[in-house]
Amino acid sequence: MAITSIKNLKEFSTANERFEGAHLLCPGCAHSMIVRELMNCTDDNLVIASNTGCLEVSTAVYPYTSWDTSWIHIGFENAATAASGAEAMYKARKRKGTLKDPDAPVKFVAFGGDGSTYDIGFQWLSGAVERGHDFTYICLDNENYANTGGQRSSASPIGANTTTAQAGRFSYGKKEKKKDMVAIMAAHGAPYVAQLAPNKWKIMAKGFQKALETEGPCFINTVSACTTEWKFDPKDTIHVTDLATDTLMFPIYEIIDGHELNILYRPKNIIPVEEYLASQGRYKHLFKPENKHVIERIQKDIDAKWEYLQRREEARV
Amino acid sequence: MSRGVLATEKRGMRELGAEEHVGWDEVTQGTLLPSFEKEVDAAHVRPEERPYSDFNSYTATVASWRVIKPVYNRDICIDCQNCWVWCPDTSIVSRDKQMLGIDYDHCKGCGVCVEVCPTNPKSLLMFGESEETEAALAKWPEKKKKAK
Ligand SMILES: Cc1ncc(C[n+]2csc(CCOP(=O)(O)OP(=O)(O)O)c2C)c(N)n1
Ligand code: SF4
Ligand code: SF4
Ligand code: SF4
Ligand SMILES: [Mg+2]
Repeated sequence: MAITSIKNLKEFSTANERFEGAHLLCPGCAHSMIVRELMNCTDDNLVIASNTGCLEVSTAVYPYTSWDTSWIHIGFENAATAASGAEAMYKARKRKGTLKDPDAPVKFVAFGGDGSTYDIGFQWLSGAVERGHDFTYICLDNENYANTGGQRSSASPIGANTTTAQAGRFSYGKKEKKKDMVAIMAAHGAPYVAQLAPNKWKIMAKGFQKALETEGPCFINTVSACTTEWKFDPKDTIHVTDLATDTLMFPIYEIIDGHELNILYRPKNIIPVEEYLASQGRYKHLFKPENKHVIERIQKDIDAKWEYLQRREEARV
Repeated sequence: MSRGVLATEKRGMRELGAEEHVGWDEVTQGTLLPSFEKEVDAAHVRPEERPYSDFNSYTATVASWRVIKPVYNRDICIDCQNCWVWCPDTSIVSRDKQMLGIDYDHCKGCGVCVEVCPTNPKSLLMFGESEETEAALAKWPEKKKKAK
């Protein structure tokens, strides 16, 4: 399989872009960083499905498309359905000998937001993974329904101010814990599952390549910093993502065949979570004295999760 | 089969008559909006050599979104490609491992490239949209001493 060399960034930069500019995502949006990198890390033909969400509405505004590959838009819950359906059709036609170019390498990819992945399209994603289609599902996790104005999703973290879990006099924002989608997908027995982030571009590119090369359904949760709903300056997207990975708010790891867990990034200095929370307006209220307990709770959860991940890695089970 | 066509905002492309314009609400089933005029294996063809169709957003511009813009100073750049990998708008033009400059038709002025540029002083800095490149380069700061 011809794949762009990613030994270093200079080599990677020779990739021929297949995700075009003048899409209408916000300035500094991490969705496009992630999508660009996926499309740059392979030379294979791509069949991409996107369901409704910021990515889809911003990259296919009539009469324009920002996609230089085959691209399917489908309803909010069905990115996995479209990708798995296309993959099944491709296999059937290959078997019947009706493909124009049966030897051309082709990969099937689905992009969904966290609203569609964790909530609305959850059942359909589960079904596609259980059926074992050969595709890669990438969740652009910005922890809210950004396209409709920042409602809470089951990926929103504790303490985040969202339009349907508002912080105010009687509430500190979302009270429920973020759903552990990576563990859920690993429990399906998917051959490759990972959580990756665009600030660690090389780890992310390698993870994408691994998922594309792996036969069967692969799932990747990507951290997608959202300047509009997280409320930070667009220039700081990478800085905020650095804080996300270095506070371990978003640990970077993979799970192979449902059990073999590898931590892919260990911060040299683990930063206290306050610094991550302070970088975004959606957590501003947590710095009031009465909400101190929420920050303590978040830090405790992070520490426990990191301990768990390290033990899982060590145990090799 | 009809083809949707937009008459406005072309990057030096042919102007299309109003009679060719198909509104979004007039598009019929099966309408094709191809990314390219003819088949092309984009992964192996550089953007400047591709037969982009008028429907490809590459032929559109978002330059009017900007109030500030990044200016590039070739003299300091080490071609690390940080700006290339993190630009969300495919607006850093790199060829043969070299950073060539900014695509001002697609750049939205987010400033990410400036933040991730590692040189001292930076090889990319933000200026007002109306600032001339020469004037911006003349104002470039000196190397900052490391605080001890
Ligand atoms: C069945 C259905 N319900 C609701 C909507 C409205 N809707 C469109 S986009 C969106 C939010 C998408 O959130 P997410 O999946 O997290 O993607 P993001 O925009 O955050 O990238 C919603 C609720 C819809 N299109 N279809
Ligand atoms: S609202 Fe957030 S996810 Fe949507 S385009 Fe803007 S920055 Fe990107
Ligand atoms: S300002 Fe933003 S859009 Fe423009 S070149 Fe820099 S990173 Fe890209
Ligand atoms: S980040 Fe700075 S030094 Fe690196 S290629 Fe871009 S302009 Fe040059
Ligand atoms: Mg979302």
